[in-house]
Amino acid sequence: MAVGREVKTKITSVKSTQKITSAMEMVAASKMRRAQERMQLGKPYAQRIRSVVGHIANAHGEYRHQYMTQKDNVKRIGLIVISTDRGLCGGLNTNLFKAAIREMKVWTEAGAEIEVCTVGNKAGTFFGSINADIVATVKDMGDKPSATDLIGSVKVMLDAFAEGRIDKLYVVGNKFVNTMNQQAEVEQLLPLDPAEDQKMSHHWDYIYEPDAKELLDGLMTRYIESQVYQSVIENKACEQAARMVAMKNATENASTLIDELELLYNKARQAAITQELSEIVSGASAV
Amino acid sequence: MTMTFHCDIVSAEESMFSGLAEMIIVNGSQGELGVAYGHAPLLTDLKPGPVRVIKQGGEEEIYFLSGGFLEVQPHLVSVLADTGIRADDLDEAAAAQAVKDAEEEMLNKSGDMDLTLAATRLAQASAQLRTIDELRRRAKSGR
Repeated sequence: MAVGREVKTKITSVKSTQKITSAMEMVAASKMRRAQERMQLGKPYAQRIRSVVGHIANAHGEYRHQYMTQKDNVKRIGLIVISTDRGLCGGLNTNLFKAAIREMKVWTEAGAEIEVCTVGNKAGTFFGSINADIVATVKDMGDKPSATDLIGSVKVMLDAFAEGRIDKLYVVGNKFVNTMNQQAEVEQLLPLDPAEDQKMSHHWDYIYEPDAKELLDGLMTRYIESQVYQSVIENKACEQAARMVAMKNATENASTLIDELELLYNKARQAAITQELSEIVSGASAV
Repeated sequence: MTMTFHCDIVSAEESMFSGLAEMIIVNGSQGELGVAYGHAPLLTDLKPGPVRVIKQGGEEEIYFLSGGFLEVQPHLVSVLADTGIRADDLDEAAAAQAVKDAEEEMLNKSGDMDLTLAATRLAQASAQLRTIDELRRRAKSGR
């Protein structure tokens, strides 16, 4: 019986799509757990180095690092945009790019130029397509991004700041609120905001070995790198969570679609049977 | 009993040690140094090499670091370990690579780029189609 052949094929194809999406959901779920673990593992370093930098800002040192001096006249800013490498993760990247564009618009209206450093394939493609000034890029970091992958492009931005080519440096990335919720956020990296905790107000300073300048240069670089790295692994956790939710929705949508199609198929079959019956009956009565 | 202080050894990718220690012996850039409770605030960078932690009770643990920083506060010692080997020329090379990648991305609109560009275009087009579909469906159900 040829009835509903197309519907039948359609059902089969939707079913196989559903299999893929549900498999992707499960993969994303397990990857998310690992990504979250990595995020937790990286946290102590980020916190420690932040507190060390906070101590330094509070110490009354003989040398103040250039990353700490605020500039009044902002002519050019740097933006590090952290996206995912792959798609199929709902509106994660779109929301992120929107936040980045909003920030860029604010600065363009204020008369500042913008240069971008992209992390992740999606950001590279997107900012390439809107002809942004991309000065550095990182691609294909895989599921386990390592801090060493980022050193190069962070250095490009830090050098730009040190040379005075850019006056402010921002990082745009997703914050992991919970599995269902990720928030695109723009954070200022440089210049460093003056220290938050002012508890230790008495005069003291570190003993620097070998000397303050050299040491602080290295430490500040590590600090910025660690902040960027932390954002990258957080974004990774966001990616997996967003993908899990997106794939869950896709699987559910596929179920609804299959139900609808099956209803259609059954109706068509019923109609065919009824028609056949009435043909037989009318044929018999005509004899 | 020896006085102890809190000691943290962390790298960007994991936390290696966190707990009370009697003494920590590291390879500073100016030579080997041991830190005990009540040391003056000190900040130094570390050479690649072992870090020995004498834990509360005298037990000793050794970690190998490829460099990093040591911060000493009177009752708190933090070791910020680097991941991977760091050297200025290596950093320079990594930076140059990042710039080159970016330039390639900007210039090279043919070849490799075509595929990603085509994929983006395809995604855009299919999104438009879906929107039109959705609008059509809505218009139909509205009628």
